[in-house]
Amino acid sequence: MTRYALRGLSLAVGLGLWQMLTSLNADVWLRFSQFPTVTDVARAFADRLSGPDYWTDLTDSLTRILTGFLLAAVLGVATGVLVARSRLAEDLLGPLLEVLRPIPAIALVPVAILLFPSNEQGIIFITCTAAYFPVLVSTRHAVRALTPVWEEAVRTMGGGRWRILGSVVLPGALPGIFGGLSVGIGVSWICVISAEIISGQYGVGYRTWQDYTVVDYPGVFVGMVTIGVLGWLTSTAVELLGRRLTHWLPRTSYVPGGRPPRRVRGATALMPAGPGTKENLPHDQLV
Amino acid sequence: MTSSSDVRSPADIGAGLALRGATLGRPGAPVLGEVDLHVAPGEILTVVGPSGCGKSTLLRSLAGLLSPLAGEASQDGGPLTGPSADRALIFQEDALLPWRTLRANVELPLAIKGLSRSARRTQADTWLTRVGLTEQSRQLPHRVSGGQRQRIQLARALAGAPRAVLMDEPFGALDAQTRAGMQDLLVEVLHGTGATVVFVTHDVEEALFLGDRVALLGAGRLIAVRDVPRPRERAAHDDPARIALRHDILTSLGS
Repeated sequence: MTRYALRGLSLAVGLGLWQMLTSLNADVWLRFSQFPTVTDVARAFADRLSGPDYWTDLTDSLTRILTGFLLAAVLGVATGVLVARSRLAEDLLGPLLEVLRPIPAIALVPVAILLFPSNEQGIIFITCTAAYFPVLVSTRHAVRALTPVWEEAVRTMGGGRWRILGSVVLPGALPGIFGGLSVGIGVSWICVISAEIISGQYGVGYRTWQDYTVVDYPGVFVGMVTIGVLGWLTSTAVELLGRRLTHWLPRTSYVPGGRPPRRVRGATALMPAGPGTKENLPHDQLV
Repeated sequence: MTSSSDVRSPADIGAGLALRGATLGRPGAPVLGEVDLHVAPGEILTVVGPSGCGKSTLLRSLAGLLSPLAGEASQDGGPLTGPSADRALIFQEDALLPWRTLRANVELPLAIKGLSRSARRTQADTWLTRVGLTEQSRQLPHRVSGGQRQRIQLARALAGAPRAVLMDEPFGALDAQTRAGMQDLLVEVLHGTGATVVFVTHDVEEALFLGDRVALLGAGRLIAVRDVPRPRERAAHDDPARIALRHDILTSLGS
């Protein structure tokens, strides 16, 4: 409970500072006099929420990022597994991927314009490319780092290639894959907004830039806040899904959101524990 | 599986696991040479030897994870061509899949065999009961003790009804009491399965307690295979024949 209070406080302090500096027109090298105040932004926000464009922009951006990101997740995991598990695939795809990887996805705008018949597809392509490489790289590492005995155990049970893929490789690599997905959703947002600014019609990025060109600064901030909240919501969703799917990971150290194990007084002194208290014993005491 | 009659049918000749003139190891790095060994169905062969003598290589070759560099390896007269459900391997390290509950780990070989959900459940129940972990069956492996994890590995290996069970120092990481309990449990659950068992250990006492025969490995070869006097009893510690055999094994390994 106190932790939620602290989190709320952190946001409130940020907003409070903003309001204070802007309403005082503070010009201390950083110039806040031209800055819209929190109340300006809130008023603009309320206007936008009642208008039709805001929701169109929102759903357009969300559709773009979700399509691009999901494509990237599927493709990234697939190629990551392929490259990590097959020497042939590594030789064939590896050099190509390594050359493409350093190119910032947003620099692919000309490529997207040349390749795709519509802007919409181009934006999704850029979003997808942005998330693809983090997912690919972390999947590749996670698959290569799998404990070999897991695979050997399944092979000596008569498990074939697909069984190993489904029962060992994918579940075992999930913690690493989700690391990549978390990074991926972040860069996806950066790229979807940038792509919308450059070539979009509708979308939060497009609207934000439109507001800037017509010198509607509160509008710009409405866009920024929207991006911030959406980004936070989507990355939390990825994080929660990841935690759910990798609930089997032993969590001994501190984990945000994880509850510390309750200390049971005298538990270590009770050697022959009844069945009811077994779970509370450190596992090295159990035989 | 084992026939009580002394007359073997032709099909029984060569039953069990066999290595003939086998050189074992990774390509370009042979570890054991000229190994001739036969382990009959229902027999427990224990393998002892110093660290790095090729015990694990022997076991992994029998499992089919390594192919012999020369000579041949066979099970029930047929050559070994890669790993199969006929030869379960139990590891010293924890080889349970950490994201599966204990029950789901035991059900895995049954799922690979293509059994229906209900058949998997009943068979897994039987094995969970036999290793005494019915209550913990919904736990994840990291929530239970090392001894319990090894019991589940045993249940998982035997649930698939393999014709041979290969064990690589399975109790090596356990404390003395747990280890003795596991040895008793192993003898108990193997009884009547007719499985061929090869059990690698670095503990001569364990080898003598579990083994019908003890194979001594050292210096890149199979030094000898000794019969172990029966009955299998811990009290047999001070049996003179047992003491003599232990002395003999230790001197053979030392040379």
